[in-house]
Amino acid sequence: MADRGAWSACFTMMQWLARLKRGFQHIDGLLVGDWLTIALCLGLILLYWPEASLGQAKKCQIRQGGQVIGVYDLDQRRRISVKGPLGVSVVQIQQGKVRFSQAPCHNQYCLQQGWLSHAGEVALCLPNQVSIILLGERGFDSLAY
Amino acid sequence: MQSIQFKITLADRQIAGLTVLAIGLHMIEASFPSPLPGVKPGIANIVVLFVLYRFGFATAASVSLLRVFASGLLFGQLFTPTFFLSLAGAIASLGVLWLAQALPRKAFSAVSVSVLAAMAHIFGQVCLVRLWLIPVPQAWLLLSPLWLTALLFGISNGLMIQALLNQLAPPHQPSTD
Repeated sequence: MADRGAWSACFTMMQWLARLKRGFQHIDGLLVGDWLTIALCLGLILLYWPEASLGQAKKCQIRQGGQVIGVYDLDQRRRISVKGPLGVSVVQIQQGKVRFSQAPCHNQYCLQQGWLSHAGEVALCLPNQVSIILLGERGFDSLAY
Repeated sequence: MQSIQFKITLADRQIAGLTVLAIGLHMIEASFPSPLPGVKPGIANIVVLFVLYRFGFATAASVSLLRVFASGLLFGQLFTPTFFLSLAGAIASLGVLWLAQALPRKAFSAVSVSVLAAMAHIFGQVCLVRLWLIPVPQAWLLLSPLWLTALLFGISNGLMIQALLNQLAPPHQPSTD
């Protein structure tokens, strides 16, 4: 009985496949130009993919409540304490990366941002009004021309 | 009293009917939840491309732009940022469609045309975002991920258009293109 069930399932599946094929048979498939177009578009997508186009940051700027606390080089090991309305936020710089390592805020979104290393990336702690902005050359300004 | 009378031509009726079809598809699409804002299959554009192939560029442009305005009215979004994004996308993709008419039909099927139009649609929208809605250079970061979705939906829409065109009898060969 189990055999018959399996055969019947196979048969049904083949019927479905045949129906699917009949449904799609008026699609002639992609032409040469279509593959060319798709390849071209994939190339464009890869060229402007954010990870590829973001340059490595060299410095970061830390601000608190609209004031620039300072601009720090990322090629150093350093912890910077920033005082805000809720308490002290700690920014950690290490091996070309930067992150919030301690924050007095309730939701801790700034810590969840994790390590940042690309130019243009930003980490914010809105409750404590502290922000880190990574400075540096960006890869794709040529797009503007 | 002089009553104003418009002469309604066959072309007008065709444009109206096809636009209704596009609006209907757009409304169906709008009722589906989208995982990300801006990621939509754009099934209304199946109608636009179908019209391009069967009726020519002028009719396709009319249908596309009327669809944008009518959907804006129906969704209560007329002259809101959403509407202008839609309009920017439509204008950009119409521009590319106009150029894409020159592609040889032997090598480029509706899939190519659909993909190119979808990519142009996203490009137009991201340009508007960069210039007006979020005027910072980082707005360009949206371009590539959205282009990827445009490519996928462009291919799927293109396959549907090609299937539709192949299923229907070819139009009168001598008169139409």
